[in-house]
Amino acid sequence: MQGSLTDTEIISRVLKGEQPLFANLVERYQNYVFTLVLRFVEGREDAEELSQDIFVKAYRSLADFRGESKFSTWLYTIVRTSCITFLRKRKLDTTSIDNEKTYLQLESQESNFKANSIEAKSRQAMVNQAINLLSPGDAQLITLFYKGEQTLEEIGTIIGIDPNTVKVKLHRARQRLREKMEKYFSHEVRDIQGE
Amino acid sequence: MRYGIFRGNKKLTGQIDNWSELCVNNQIISHHMQEKQTMEERLWDFIDGLSDAEEKSAIQKLIEENLEWKRAYHELLEAHQLLHQTDLEQPSMRFTRNVMEEIAKYKVAPATSTYINKKIIWGIGGFFLIMIVGFLIYGFSQINWTAASGNDPLSQVNVDKLNWSRFFSSTYTNIFMMINVILGLVLLDLYLHRKKEKAREEVS
Repeated sequence: MQGSLTDTEIISRVLKGEQPLFANLVERYQNYVFTLVLRFVEGREDAEELSQDIFVKAYRSLADFRGESKFSTWLYTIVRTSCITFLRKRKLDTTSIDNEKTYLQLESQESNFKANSIEAKSRQAMVNQAINLLSPGDAQLITLFYKGEQTLEEIGTIIGIDPNTVKVKLHRARQRLREKMEKYFSHEVRDIQGE
Repeated sequence: MRYGIFRGNKKLTGQIDNWSELCVNNQIISHHMQEKQTMEERLWDFIDGLSDAEEKSAIQKLIEENLEWKRAYHELLEAHQLLHQTDLEQPSMRFTRNVMEEIAKYKVAPATSTYINKKIIWGIGGFFLIMIVGFLIYGFSQINWTAASGNDPLSQVNVDKLNWSRFFSSTYTNIFMMINVILGLVLLDLYLHRKKEKAREEVS
């Protein structure tokens, strides 16, 4: 019964004092939030802790959700700001999440991924690994578009940029993803294309 | 020596020939890459369902008739489907329980719009407006309009000779300033009091 409630219905009831209902929202969005956080933060433990904080933040500021956008769009905005704050606290240079430093860090990871590419047995695992090789900004865009069920306009709201710029950035992100897949998983890609 | 120069020149001419050839090749490559880029952009729009009806039918025709477009389309479609099939990461089994235990310690904070009291904002605005208007009225009342003989009364005012202390030592000015300062302090007290109340509510 409670599982069939819409996000807005749950929110209005939580705001009226039915705190346990918030668990439905957590259940519904935990995988999306956790995946998005993992695109920014290395290590599952840190990502899980940060994801919990994000849900606590969302709960505390639930009264600020005015229903002008989807709950998921509002929640992903909290995810993004929380991740950026987390990275800043970690003394990482996050002036731009697409900056060179991040790339350098990722480049150093690439050799490990290359060595483990044989372990990428399933297609999904391969794509996930390739996404992890992208910059956090690109990985986040692809995750929001394909897994977060967000439109270009909604992604624009989350990131704070124009939908047309989102389109261009998404196009480039997909291009880079294909390059990574061709570079590190060429064998698997050939297998898929040969099928 | 002459032969050396000749050989050198010939070598240089040869290099220039190769260089211009290289430039032409680069232009062809960049043109080809640009075309490929445009093709991919249009195909991605088509796959994402972002192209309009006219563009859609044009691309469908290109896919049917052009082998390069057909190959690129299938490649991108494959990538698109793969991306849709990817699994989401899952946190630990205790995740929901951990979140619920954590939020049990808190209450939903009141909406920002409720604790940013509009009356305070209007009050602060009014305070500054009264100050500006008050000073303007006082300033204008000090000007001797009849004394001005020229067309421009402002040209008659010698800023250097103005006795500023006369303006700020007047009893009325001092009273006016005092009222404004008291009003400002009252507003600040109101704001801080509300903030304190809110913090007390959150703790309880």
